[in-house]
Order: sequence, then structure tokens, then C-alpha cells
Amino acid sequence: MIKPRIAIFDFACCEGCQLQIVNMEEELLSLLEHVQPVEWREAMSDQSDDYDIAIVEGSITREEDANRLREIRKRAKTLIALGACATLGGVNKLKNLFDLEEVKTAVYAESASLPILETATVQALHEVVDVDYRIEGCPIDAAELTYVIKCLLIGRAPAPPNYPVCVECKLAENVCRYDYDEICLGPITRAGCRARCPSNAFWCFGCRGPVDDPNVHAATQVMEQYGKTVEDLKVKLTLFGTQ
Amino acid sequence: MSTAAPTIKTKTIDINVRHVTRLEGHGNIVVRAKDGVIEKNEWQVPEAPRFFEAMVRGRSFEDIQTVVSRICGICSVTHSFGALKAIEDAMDIKVSAQTSMLRLLTHYGEQLESHALHVGYLVAPDLLNQKSVVPLAASHEDLVKTVVAIHRVGNLVMEKIGGRKTHPIRLLPGGFSMLPSEADLRELMHELEDTIPRLETLAAAIADLAGGLPSFERETEYVALVNPPTYPFYEGQIGSTDLNTPTPVADFESVVNEYMHPQSTAKWCKWHRESYAVGALARYNLNADYLQPLAAGAAHSFGLKKGVCNPFLNNVAQVVECFQVVERSLQLIDVLLSTGITQERPRVSPKAGVGVGAVEAPRGILFHKYEFDEDGICTRANLCIPTNQNHANIQLDFEAFVPQIIDRDQDEVRHLMEMLVRSYDPCISCSTHYLNVEFV
Repeated sequence: MIKPRIAIFDFACCEGCQLQIVNMEEELLSLLEHVQPVEWREAMSDQSDDYDIAIVEGSITREEDANRLREIRKRAKTLIALGACATLGGVNKLKNLFDLEEVKTAVYAESASLPILETATVQALHEVVDVDYRIEGCPIDAAELTYVIKCLLIGRAPAPPNYPVCVECKLAENVCRYDYDEICLGPITRAGCRARCPSNAFWCFGCRGPVDDPNVHAATQVMEQYGKTVEDLKVKLTLFGTQ
Repeated sequence: MSTAAPTIKTKTIDINVRHVTRLEGHGNIVVRAKDGVIEKNEWQVPEAPRFFEAMVRGRSFEDIQTVVSRICGICSVTHSFGALKAIEDAMDIKVSAQTSMLRLLTHYGEQLESHALHVGYLVAPDLLNQKSVVPLAASHEDLVKTVVAIHRVGNLVMEKIGGRKTHPIRLLPGGFSMLPSEADLRELMHELEDTIPRLETLAAAIADLAGGLPSFERETEYVALVNPPTYPFYEGQIGSTDLNTPTPVADFESVVNEYMHPQSTAKWCKWHRESYAVGALARYNLNADYLQPLAAGAAHSFGLKKGVCNPFLNNVAQVVECFQVVERSLQLIDVLLSTGITQERPRVSPKAGVGVGAVEAPRGILFHKYEFDEDGICTRANLCIPTNQNHANIQLDFEAFVPQIIDRDQDEVRHLMEMLVRSYDPCISCSTHYLNVEFV
């Protein structure tokens, strides 16, 4: 079998999702038997414009980055958005809640007008180009990436979960975070993380984005039952760019 | 120079490395030289700015750690601690001795993971003339497997105590959302014990290759946490090799003196000189007297002396620190297991205030400062990242180093400059909250 050529790119992000690829440890060595990495700036000095699969991390915050992403899209047969910054905009989208000029001045004061600090409204990848597959999460779980790559290798369409985190959280037999008087985004957030945060006694902050058709009615009921308001929920929704 | 043959007199060097590879983030190296005269020699940082200091405004103190951890995947634990310590300082929150020990253990896990990644995956290919670790997996299989095993254990520590390898879940203002079991701690103890012989293998391999590191030296100021008689990562005051007395953490803004430079979207820093350096070498130069026995032994076998000012040896100091954090982790686990884990979950009431947190990221000292209103809503933030503190020092290293190597072949000049940048283990996502290399 010919190994597909894979290139990994990053835009504005913490590079923590690429790190999860490194964190596959011994398993990464076996993955490399099935794919050929041709460009991966964080880990390799090799560079190539000839690749089959582009894995792209980060969100788009400048026109020059949007143009670079369009070039990547043109060259890649398959484009995978890696992690919350790429699929949703992630924490970067918190910037969109403020006036852009004010944000620059707040961080860089009188230097804010330097041309090098040009910045624009933050966009997830699909807001700029067509994205074929999404690996959700902040950070991603590498098992989901290997699942998608395995699917591509055998020519099958990946099927990400389309039910909320609450389902996995119940299976894990966790006590509901609302019982601790916390706001948890589990009722509307896409599962697949095995309810990682609630299983570590922390609320879900929605890093995987909403399910396709969130049961808003049920979520509202949960909020009412625990004396919370939809406004409370919306504040948390902005954390990872879900809304 | 006798080597200045006529062919070199007319040589043009034009190096423009956009986005230096094997770095966290984007940085450029730009060098232009004609007939041996250097016209341009710049370290540039064009990474997209992310504006975290502006973005955390309006967020509850309970969400700050979750947001700022995302400044950097590879130092997410350190950023979490910078924030938590600043919040606890602002709100007078005291943490238990158990919390401090478990945090320190998590922090040691991150140092081990990050140093193993940097030395083993990113620097080793330079020393073995390869473009990445991928071909090394075949040519130096045992060494790569050793590095992978060390890296895995660093991650395991973070996962077992922080709840995840990257972007810890359990770290809260005042303590932990969930505690490790004693079985978890025993598992970590066995894994860390097995790590010592692996570190000896790595140290022996690096010692064999360290002769290939350039012998470049430039005196500079080194800045790191100090807390005698310990080799601190998590607490202490700000030490400098140019001062005899430490500076309180609360005064960090008078240390970093951040300023914008047109070459960079990241801020630059200076204190007593035109630049200073942070990181493993800075920590070593300030605290080497307090190393644990195996770490001190490793430093001795490398011939690493206090006062060393060859930036390339930062990577050697990182190997020394791997021993240090494993030895200290084993001691901490021993104490935790002998006293037993006490179940405790923090309940914190917000209050208005300003607080500062200082911790050592694997790549140097990190400062977080926040201001909160009476509801615990963040109204102002100032973060100063280790890589920012190194940018001016990298530039001054360029200015001293390039004239020494400019008569060499262009590819060799580029390779050496990339190695120089890489030796700092820069984390540019952090520092622009950014990195990239350009030889023009």
C-alpha cells in the first residue's frame, strides 16, 4: 500500500493538539509505518508542497493566514481541522467579544499601531475554507485522530458521536455537576471525550462544540431545575467559541 | 584572517528562514552579508498575536486557569500555576501542604516531559545531522525508545495528578478538584524509579554528542527563581547573576521592563544589561549548589560549571534537570505515601485584589499578574512569558555569533543559527502569546 503523505500545519493556537500526536509515544512509531509525514514544522525540518492529507491546528486571525490556509486547501485532497481552535475558534474567539483596536491597545499600549500587530476577527477553519473532517476538543484526544486516519486508510467515512457529554458522563457514573451548584455544558456538548472533565470533578466547558441538534428544551429544563439561567450558560458558552 | 581567500571576499550570504522548524511557534532568522560585511542579522518573531491579557478581562477567577493554560500546550501546567498562584495571592487563599506537594509533583512531570521532548525529539536530530527524529527512529532505535519512555513518564505524572497530560483539569484556586489515589502514587513511584537508568542512557548519549555543540560564549545576565537551599521551580524570589540579593516576585515589572521591538510581535525584556536569559542554564547558574546527588553527578560528568555562558549548553542543563526533578519527585511521593492522602476540596470565596504568581516554565521564569473586583471578575492582566525574556538575548547572541561563523558555507551558517535559537527551547506560541527563522 502506498503511504498517504501527511502534512501538519498550525495557525494561532497553543500547539497542544500537535503535542497530543507526540504524546502518542510508542504508538506514534507504529502510526508512522502507515503514513508518511512530509511536513511538520514543530517536529521536522523537512518541507513539502506535495501532500494528500493536511492536518491543520489553530484558528485564523489575519488575512495572510487565511491566504496560507487557502493554499493548503488547494494542495490537500483531505483537510482535517485539529482541535477546538481549528473547529470552533477556541479560546481565541474570546477576542471577538471586544473591539479589535481596544484589544490591541490593552496588550500593546502605545505600540498597538505597529503594522506587525495586525489582527482581525478570529475564524474557525470552516469559516474560511471547506473542512473535510473535524477532530474536536481542547486538547484533542489522539485516539480520535488515529480513528479518522484509520478510516481514511481503509476508505471508510468516520462517524463522530452526535450525542451529548451527559450520555458518557452517566455511563461513567459521575454525580451531576449541577448537584454541586456548578454550570456544566455537558447537556449540549458533543461527546467523544468520555466525559473527561466531569470525570475529574470539573464542569464541562464545551471545548468540543455543540451536538448537531442540541436539545435546548432539555437543557433549559436542567437550568430551571437547578435555579440557573440561560444567561449563566451563555457566559460559559463563550469560553471556547461555541457561541 | 588567513582563510579569507578571494572566493570568500565576493561571497554573498542570504539567509531567510521563515518559520524555524522544530520549535514551538513561529520565528524567523534573517541574515544578509556581502563580501564578509554583515548587513542584516535579525531574530524576528511574526507569530499571530493572541491577546490573552485582553481576553481574560470579564472572566471569573474560576475560569482563568482554564483559559490561560491554552497560552501554551507544552507549558500548560506552568501557566495554570502562574494563574492559580496569582489568584491565591490576590484573594489571600492559603493552600494545604498536600496541595503544594502535589502541585510541585505535577510541575516536575511537566519539566521532565518538556525537557525530554526538547532534547530528545527537537535537538538530538541536530547533533546527529538529521532533519527530524523520524529517521532516528530507525538509525538510533534504542535512543529514541529511551526518550519516548522518559517523555511518557513525564506525561503520566501530569495525567495522574492533573487529570490530563496537557491542559490539566483538576487544578483549582485553593487546591484540586480531585486527588490521586495512593495506588496512582505508587504507580508513579515505580515508573519514576525506572526512569533513572533511562536518563543515564540519555545523558551518556548526549555526553557523546555534546562535543558537536559550538564553543560560543557570551556573558549575559541570568534570571531565575531562587529559594535557598532548594533548586526551585514553583516558589521563591527573583534571582539574578548580576545581583547578590533577590527581588520580591511582586516587583517583577521592574525586572522584565517589557518593550516592543519592530522585529517582533512578542515583547522584549531587559534588566541590568541590554538583555538577559532565562531557562535551564539560568536556573543552573543560580541554583547549582542545591542539586540532588544524581543531578549534581550528571552536571559533573558533563563538565558543566556554574557561571557557564554558552547558550548551546542550555540543552545539557536540561538533561541535568531531568535527574533533579525525578529525584525530587521520588522524595515527594515518599512523603505523600507515608502521611497518606487527605480528601479535601477547596471552597473559595472571591474578593477584590491584585496578585502576582511566579513559576519556572521548562523554558524559564514566568510571571502572571491579575486584578479582580469583589465578585472575582478579572479586570486587568499582565503576563510575562519566558521566551519574551529571551528574545533580546537571542538577538545579541546573533550579533556576537554570526561574525564568528560568517566565513562558513551558507547552509552551515543557517544550521548553526537554527541550533542557537533551538537551544533556548523557545516557545513562541507563549511569547506572542509567538516564532519563525529567516536568512535573507
